[in-house]
Amino acid sequence: MAQVSLRKIVKEYEGGVQAVKGIDLEIADHEFVVLVGPSGCGKSTTLRMIAGLEEITSGEIAIGGQVVNDIPPRDRDIAMVFQNYALYPHMSVYENMGFGLTLRKFPKDEIRRRVENAARILDIGNLLDRKPKALSGGQRQRVAMGRAIVRDPKVFLFDEPLSNLDAKLRVQMRTEIKKVHQTVKTTTVYVTHDQVEAMTLADRVVVMNQGIIEQVGAPQELYHHPATRFVAGFIGSPAMNFIPARLENGAGALRMHLPNDIVLPVPASRTQRYAPHAGREVLFGIRPEHLTELRATDKPNIATFQATPEVVEPMGMETLVHFWMQGAEVCARLDPAVPVEPGRPLTMAADLDQMHLIDPVSGRVL
Amino acid sequence: MSGASVTRGAVAPPTYYKVGSIKRERRWALIGAYAALAVFVVFFLTPPFYMLVTSLKSSGEIADLSGNPWIVSSPTLENYRELLTQGNYVTHFLNSVIVTLAVVAITMVISIFAAFALSRMRFWGSTMLATGVFLTYLVPETLLFIPLFQIIGGLGLYNNLLAMILIYPTLTVPFTTWIMIGYFASIPKELDEAALIDGANHFQMLWKIFIPVALPGILAAMIFAFTVSWAQFLYPMAFLVSSEQMVLTVGIVSDLIRGDTFQWGKIMAGALMAAAPPLLVYAFLMDYYIAGLTAGATKG
Repeated sequence: MAQVSLRKIVKEYEGGVQAVKGIDLEIADHEFVVLVGPSGCGKSTTLRMIAGLEEITSGEIAIGGQVVNDIPPRDRDIAMVFQNYALYPHMSVYENMGFGLTLRKFPKDEIRRRVENAARILDIGNLLDRKPKALSGGQRQRVAMGRAIVRDPKVFLFDEPLSNLDAKLRVQMRTEIKKVHQTVKTTTVYVTHDQVEAMTLADRVVVMNQGIIEQVGAPQELYHHPATRFVAGFIGSPAMNFIPARLENGAGALRMHLPNDIVLPVPASRTQRYAPHAGREVLFGIRPEHLTELRATDKPNIATFQATPEVVEPMGMETLVHFWMQGAEVCARLDPAVPVEPGRPLTMAADLDQMHLIDPVSGRVL
Repeated sequence: MSGASVTRGAVAPPTYYKVGSIKRERRWALIGAYAALAVFVVFFLTPPFYMLVTSLKSSGEIADLSGNPWIVSSPTLENYRELLTQGNYVTHFLNSVIVTLAVVAITMVISIFAAFALSRMRFWGSTMLATGVFLTYLVPETLLFIPLFQIIGGLGLYNNLLAMILIYPTLTVPFTTWIMIGYFASIPKELDEAALIDGANHFQMLWKIFIPVALPGILAAMIFAFTVSWAQFLYPMAFLVSSEQMVLTVGIVSDLIRGDTFQWGKIMAGALMAAAPPLLVYAFLMDYYIAGLTAGATKG
């Protein structure tokens, strides 16, 4: 068990391309941290640098207080689970899981004890004699995790471990990974491009974009208090709506002028925060779940406006409607009982307590 | 599954093929395939058959032009007996075995290490080297044997079996290395990374992961090296002169042809027996050989 520290980590490839641009991150002992971001954001590179599979251009990585920059992967006491499982095809499940211990010259009965223990945790005890090719995707994924568990390393590293599984199995294995972490409590760094995986698994989520960390925080914190437009748009599905607006100070109150001549009031609780930005162009950000049909609710700060849905997507538990405001696509989540059809105007209700205003130039949430 | 389909086939009503139906087309394709294969089988098996027939004839029957040359009237194993009991045939056979085994061993050691380094350990010039290895394979041996003659002479290995063990790898190593580079390259990178993290050094990674995983490719390369050194003719012809140093390919020719006297019966018997080891090797390792040669073509 150990904490992991990344200090000013830079990875520059030949030709000067910077994949990681000086990131700092402290991961506590027992913590489950998820690095999430779009492809090419540097999350996998960061993980591979922690593993020692990728050299660090500059900066410092410490595992359990020891700087590991020049320590080869085998001496870092880490275990990694790969996207394509990377099981040794010529070895049985038992041999695959015990390989690391065999190389480290553990006694045979200790290897057996550990492999059987890991197999019990992962419910693969009946597969130990099989070769990887005789296993399903989910079983292979369990074996790959078992190979990591038996080593009892300081840190688990997961590199998009669920991406090769079908949707149903992915949800199941996600729960499984969370369960395993609650059992073994090993410090875990997990890389994914799937924000749902990140939200459901992580103690803390690290959102990365273009080689930098956009925000670090607990899942709920990222969801409710995104720091940047990128995080606001990346976390949550369907993504947050961004509508160009103008913040005006008139008649003693702040108002947002949206396209289609819609004017929404700024809630009193936010007036002080937004007042310095009066008169400026901003992006009005609101999640689809906070943009609904007008419901009989006593919630304050609900503002209504008229919109004409252009696309209607019934999902069963909800209905998504899409409309456009001056080129910006806006999505709202409606109760499925509400009769709605494309082209028929509808009264929309926006929960302004949940809104965000974003500086369109810097991308910072105001 | 197959049992079920057989039962169904037994009770199915007679099938009427439509012109151009898939079943009918498939049947014609099969007939064509069998016909073509039959032609090839006849074409390629005629010479060995003629060798077998001739090897079972006495010298007198071979010389007799009146009979049908494809039929043996009084079969005899005399040619085989004489080959195995008189002259140097057994020595030649053993020489071939020694040279071939040594060359296969040397070739595999060099090419496995070389291929591992060239396919996995990225270093300056590795790509160029990999291409260079293949280019050396393209230089014909007929161009090489004169400079090689100087080298072998300088080393004092002229008319010495050892020279063959030294020279044959120049023919085998480039191609086997090339095969192995391709095969190793098809092994996913994550497998070595997993091994590295599991605690393997490069040698353990090669020995415990790469070699077992690439076994079909390694066997394909071995069969190639075996075939090349077993059948090599030019170099032993150029560098070996005394009969007891010769390998089979040149031994048969030099010992059984005296001036214009061809001992056809013994030549055929000797050649047939010489062809046996490659046949055995191919028969046992054919599946691996095919798997090795088609690797990469099928891996997605």
